[in-house]
Amino acid sequence: MTSTKQNWRSDEFDDDDMERSYSTQRTAIDLGLTILAFILLGVALLPLGLVIAFVIIRGGSRLNFDLFTGQIPAAGLEGGGIAPAIIGTLMVVGIAAAISIPFGVLAGIYLSEFSSGKIARWIRFFTNVLSGVPSIIMGLFAYGVVVLTTNTFSAFAGGFALAILMLPIVVRTTDESLQLVPPQVRWASTGVGASNFQTVLKIVLPAALGAILTGVTLAIARAAGETAPLIFTVLFSQFWPTGIWQPIPTLSVLVYNFAAVPYENQQELAWAASLILVLLILLTSISARIAARKSIY
Amino acid sequence: MPTHRKQQEEARDQHSVVDESEAVLRTENVKVTYGDTLALRDVSMDVPKNQVTALIGPSGCGKSTLLRCFNRLNDLIDGCKVEGKVFYRDKNLYSSKIDPVSVRRRIGMVFQKPNPFPKSIYDNITYGAKVNGFKGDMDELVEQSLQRAALWGEVKDKLKENGLSLSGGQQQRLCIARAIALKPEVVLMDEPCSSLDPVSTERVEDLIHELKEDYTIVIVTHNMHQATRVSDFTAFFNAEESDDGSRFGYLVEYDRTERVFEDPQEEATQKYVSGKFG
Repeated sequence: MTSTKQNWRSDEFDDDDMERSYSTQRTAIDLGLTILAFILLGVALLPLGLVIAFVIIRGGSRLNFDLFTGQIPAAGLEGGGIAPAIIGTLMVVGIAAAISIPFGVLAGIYLSEFSSGKIARWIRFFTNVLSGVPSIIMGLFAYGVVVLTTNTFSAFAGGFALAILMLPIVVRTTDESLQLVPPQVRWASTGVGASNFQTVLKIVLPAALGAILTGVTLAIARAAGETAPLIFTVLFSQFWPTGIWQPIPTLSVLVYNFAAVPYENQQELAWAASLILVLLILLTSISARIAARKSIY
Repeated sequence: MPTHRKQQEEARDQHSVVDESEAVLRTENVKVTYGDTLALRDVSMDVPKNQVTALIGPSGCGKSTLLRCFNRLNDLIDGCKVEGKVFYRDKNLYSSKIDPVSVRRRIGMVFQKPNPFPKSIYDNITYGAKVNGFKGDMDELVEQSLQRAALWGEVKDKLKENGLSLSGGQQQRLCIARAIALKPEVVLMDEPCSSLDPVSTERVEDLIHELKEDYTIVIVTHNMHQATRVSDFTAFFNAEESDDGSRFGYLVEYDRTERVFEDPQEEATQKYVSGKFG
């Protein structure tokens, strides 16, 4: 016992004086790593900044009233805008949301609230697989299922493809949001004599609504920028969309079609459309953030 | 395990501590299993009307499990199976004719951690009334319930605020108000003060004393001092290790609180109440 006590001295540690010193190895490494991490952060953010700056510089020159009202010009013509494509994108995304949100949210509710362990595990697994399937496959599927059976490229076919793309995201975020609601709150509801259905509808779902809304909005933002599934489902047109059973213009396909053509006017419009698309997605993401602030748990 | 058998026999005899006609809740050989694991065995006890009955014992002795049998909340736990009989008045709560949802209006519950609904204070009270088809005056119900729970003065000007914005002690009293708004006969409390500070605990304990006039209260507590302060009857549960290493609980002794604490009949009770283990 005595020998341990004798050996138990604090002067075996260095920096005994507690004063800050920049010469020791420890502080030098600490400083070096902090600087390195900061630089790498800058490098990681660089592409984001560059993409946005590039799109603003190239697309900003056509950012005027005509852009939002004008028709899409044919090859070789001057002026015009991308109004039909903006409407087209909103239409296709609207169709996708109308299909995927009800199914996705209800599936998420089932997974989180009503399913039993084993089935739920498999459904979750396959939902994850679905969200990993490349988007062009979704387009191919929609082509086979909708385009070939209706014999026409259409806004609906594109919406269908995007809906399948959005579905796993909606299911998963709903499922996860609902599981964030503590089980104690469910017990409380059951404890005051509410049925399972009442508990889910009146307590759990309202509590998770903010989080679900966030997920859904992010799914919409993701779908809005997709090009591959639209190329051979919605196809493209230069005219105003007048229905959902015809090919219509969309922003992303417009960018795809116009970016590499030799006509300067169309190239400029492609850049302007990119800018609008980025702004659209930014706007949706911001509203998702706002919705997230409303979440309770 | 001969000694164990003996304890069971004696526990069963302790029916007599409560006058049969006064019993609101009665269990007969209740056995609870979670999946393949035994949690609680052979509990037979009577819970007297308008009295506070405390369930005490070390962790894993099944006291909360038993509490959840009284309003069939164990139904929510996957794999939980209750055998034996649990009577409320003359009705077996586990008979197939009983609707668990209507059991829970008559037998309310307050949980360990305050768990108000993420809704306004007002809606926290009215929610249960609405789902149970209450036809009276909601405003009056809210005021009366909050007054009974000694919370009205503190919240009467902010009934629209979210229940989660209250302090922990206030939340727990809100949960008590929510339970008594349904005009139950029995209020079950699962360690209602374990997450509260001493001042809030005292307020809740005072409240329990007042509520006893109108309600039968069953309270699970880890705190033996609390049991002596609030309860009239005390049931001591102990945990034992089964052959496969899992712990199960059983009722050791059930009597008037002062007898359990001052003149316990069982050695295990004696050890527990004197602080030698648990």
